[in-house]
Amino acid sequence: MSYHSPEKIQKSAVENLNEVKKKEVLKPKDRMAIPAQEMPNQDPVQRAKNLEEVSIGYSAEQAQLEAMRCLQCKKAKCINDCPVGIDIPGFIKEIADGNFQEAINIIKNTSLLPAICGRVCPQETQCQMACTVGIGLKDIEKAVAIGRLERFVADWERATGNVRIPQVKAATGKKIAVVGSGPAGLVVAADVRREGHDVTIFEAFHKLGGVMRYGIPEFRLPNDIVDEEIETLKKMGVKVETNFVVGRTRKLVDLINKDGYDAVFVGTGAGLPMFMGIPGENLVGVFSANEYLTRANLMRAFDKDHADTPIYASKKVAVLGGGNVAMDAARMALRLGAEKVSVVYRRTEKEMPARNEEIEHAKEEGIEFNFLQNPKRIIGTDDGRVKAMECLRYQLGEPDASGRRRPIVIEGSEFIMDVDTVLVSIGNGSNPLISQTTPALGVNKWGNIVVNDEQKSSVNKIYAGGDIVLGAATVILAMGEGRRAAAAINKQLSDELKA
Amino acid sequence: MNKVIYKEQLSEDVFLMRLEAPLIAEEREAGQFIMLQIDEDFGERIPLTIADADEKEGSITIIFQIVGKSTKELAKFKVGDFIPTLVGPLGKPTHIENFGTVVCIGGGIGVAPLHPIAQALKKAGNHVITIIGARNKDLIILEKEMDAIADELIICTDDGSYGRKALVTEPLKEICERDPKPNMAIAIGPPVMMKFCSETTKPYKVFTQVSLNTIMVDGTGMCGGCRVNVGDEVKFVCVDGPEFDGHKVDFDNMITRLGSYKKIEHDKSECNLEKEAAKKEAEL
Ligand SMILES: Cc1cc2nc3c(=O)[nH]c(=O)nc-3n(C[C@H](O)[C@H](O)[C@H](O)COP(=O)(O)OP(=O)(O)OC[C@H]3O[C@@H](n4cnc5c(N)ncnc54)[C@H](O)[C@@H]3O)c2cc1C
Ligand SMILES: Cc1cc2nc3c(=O)[nH]c(=O)nc-3n(C[C@H](O)[C@H](O)[C@H](O)COP(=O)(O)OP(=O)(O)OC[C@H]3O[C@@H](n4cnc5c(N)ncnc54)[C@H](O)[C@@H]3O)c2cc1C
Ligand code: SF4
Ligand code: SF4
Ligand code: FES
Repeated sequence: MSYHSPEKIQKSAVENLNEVKKKEVLKPKDRMAIPAQEMPNQDPVQRAKNLEEVSIGYSAEQAQLEAMRCLQCKKAKCINDCPVGIDIPGFIKEIADGNFQEAINIIKNTSLLPAICGRVCPQETQCQMACTVGIGLKDIEKAVAIGRLERFVADWERATGNVRIPQVKAATGKKIAVVGSGPAGLVVAADVRREGHDVTIFEAFHKLGGVMRYGIPEFRLPNDIVDEEIETLKKMGVKVETNFVVGRTRKLVDLINKDGYDAVFVGTGAGLPMFMGIPGENLVGVFSANEYLTRANLMRAFDKDHADTPIYASKKVAVLGGGNVAMDAARMALRLGAEKVSVVYRRTEKEMPARNEEIEHAKEEGIEFNFLQNPKRIIGTDDGRVKAMECLRYQLGEPDASGRRRPIVIEGSEFIMDVDTVLVSIGNGSNPLISQTTPALGVNKWGNIVVNDEQKSSVNKIYAGGDIVLGAATVILAMGEGRRAAAAINKQLSDELKA
Repeated sequence: MNKVIYKEQLSEDVFLMRLEAPLIAEEREAGQFIMLQIDEDFGERIPLTIADADEKEGSITIIFQIVGKSTKELAKFKVGDFIPTLVGPLGKPTHIENFGTVVCIGGGIGVAPLHPIAQALKKAGNHVITIIGARNKDLIILEKEMDAIADELIICTDDGSYGRKALVTEPLKEICERDPKPNMAIAIGPPVMMKFCSETTKPYKVFTQVSLNTIMVDGTGMCGGCRVNVGDEVKFVCVDGPEFDGHKVDFDNMITRLGSYKKIEHDKSECNLEKEAAKKEAEL
């Protein structure tokens, strides 16, 4: 797909909309004939040098056109594939009819963070995967752009300046602690607070939002959006305690035993970045993607004139891994001034777990992709800094347990790649802080907290959800778990109140 | 937000502050640290050991040396000012029990983190021998406090302006040669000092614990920036440490990693032992 300017996209949208509006009734055939609306993006050459959002968002005309493509299926499969079950045809119909306020109201019945999910949900493997239109046109890229429409109405509401603050019921006298302020924690806080319970979020960092703040970069998810969602929570009366590491500042069980919380939700996310375990990995210039992105995002190192936290000055960067995190790290390195950034991945593009859109955007910006390669060791200068990487070539063999074809090393295929920085992005283990300091809490062999189907842990009154349960997953899955946990917590509390 | 309730200048560039932090004061144990920022948006998160705590007052004590931007700014905070961001206690507490005879070696600012550990060791019934080293007389901190704890106190300065004119490794070696030899050593100070203390005790098979001061970002195990090689393993200092077996730590790699951003920041903390070490290494 080649790049089209926002002006050009808007021009054809206006023309198409006028054309479509001439028809009295739209038959399914007419709807399928409406061109799928492309997301207008910042020019790739410019955006590779700034941190502003890459995607500009649909115009009202584009949103309406895209909404008209929806067939309003009776058995809307899209709903089943959304982890929080948004009434997708319902809100899309309102957009098609120009009722944007009603559209956002429908979404907010089930989803708390539409501006965020609309941006970062892997829609193509969720709601949009089963979309009848995409299936009919035999192209998943042509499915109704549910996520973009969701983003559009959420942004529209924010732009009106009067975002609806959810109603909060009368105080019940029950208090709940939420540990971690990622999407799982935020959703629990909102859902439990709505019932009138007193909610306090405890966050280890000095800023709220979890990975949405320190991991996903500004150019994909602006901090302002995360801030606004958190503002809404505060307006609902949710209290927050930043710089509070549960397990250390206070033991998890002490929140219940000493501080009188009636229930606790643990949403501490994934933690501990994994490394390859190859020689040279502790040279200066090798960073986990977590560290690199945290320095850049949370600690604002991209703002070199103001931030005290330094970031490594790189010219040639290799990024190891093929997920969203790897794409973010690579694109951030480019924006911080690297001349050349190469993603090194063991398999081929087809097996990459990153979203297609992210891969396309990275390519447009000039990121190189080295498929079927993997480092064997990292080579340093005399003073211990990265100067090169020795890599091996691979070929694909039989599918493994994950269903992906397994990469097999080609013997004797060693070659040297010139790099001064290596960003390792091969996944995260679970953070042991809470489980280490809470011996009674059941965890599996990967350290993930074990919960039942109501998100209850092995310890009474303690619930958990999100990445700390699922392993590294997604924003919307974390939200879904938060929803379930909140429902169970609300039930526990209302039972206690009745008793 | 944590209020500064007491401030004292201990030497030319070393300061002591007592900060309001009731929860941390209640939970902290010897060996743990906090991280603070002098500005919530743009400040760096710097790790500092909890040198002492007063549960009744609800305060913790930090002792820090000015080495760069953040510590320089921190030194400007006055009594009544608030530290915008402070989190802790972080890291694993020191394992304390009655080991028998323990040698505690503190170099420069390292005496600050050593103090609560020596205190706890003494309380657990150990015979505590303390060695304090510094470049010169003016840089010696907490002498009185250490003297109160130690069964035996040895002070060394590089220039001989106070105590013995020696590097801390000299008396350490002598103590290792005693019969019976000490059961354990704990060395805290500049990385080079900890390296040479570990090398000194190794031939005598005296287990030596060191407290590593790597570069950190989050201090909760999320970034891996604090990683060090310990034996065949890679450890995260903020969650697996900060204390490790000095005989297994790859100090050279740690020292290289501490210099990651050297171009951007300058290092004032260089001590004579480091120069000595450089000379020694050049000779080899
Ligand atoms: C770089 C990157 C890009 C990503 N891109 C996408 C994407 O495009 N789409 C998508 O859907 N998902 C993406 N993800 C994954 C997604 O962000 C996570 O699945 C999601 O944020 C998990 O939410 P959570 O609430 O479980 O935890 P987190 O968002 O991880 O939040 C956990 C919070 O808990 C805090 N915490 C941890 N321990 C403690 C403690 N002991 N006490 C107090 N607080 C504590 C942490 O500081 C953190 O703020 C990405 C992840 C990364 C790292
Ligand atoms: C667990 C732990 C406990 C610590 N306890 C104390 C303490 O009690 N008192 C105290 O004075 N210091 C302590 N330190 C060191 C302290 O964190 C650093 O001196 C501080 O981060 C420097 O910040 P700065 O902005 O002033 O200097 P910067 O401008 O960041 O750095 C100045 C120079 O110091 C070096 N440096 C950077 N970070 C560190 C570091 N973490 N350790 C050593 N040198 C570093 C750099 O090479 C640089 O050249 C501790 C460090 C750790 C990891
Ligand atoms: S499956 Fe597609 S076409 Fe059908 S209702 Fe859902 S979004 Fe609309
Ligand atoms: S929340 Fe995510 S999965 Fe659900 S409809 Fe929106 S974009 Fe699709
Ligand atoms: S400081 Fe980030 S993992 Fe230790």
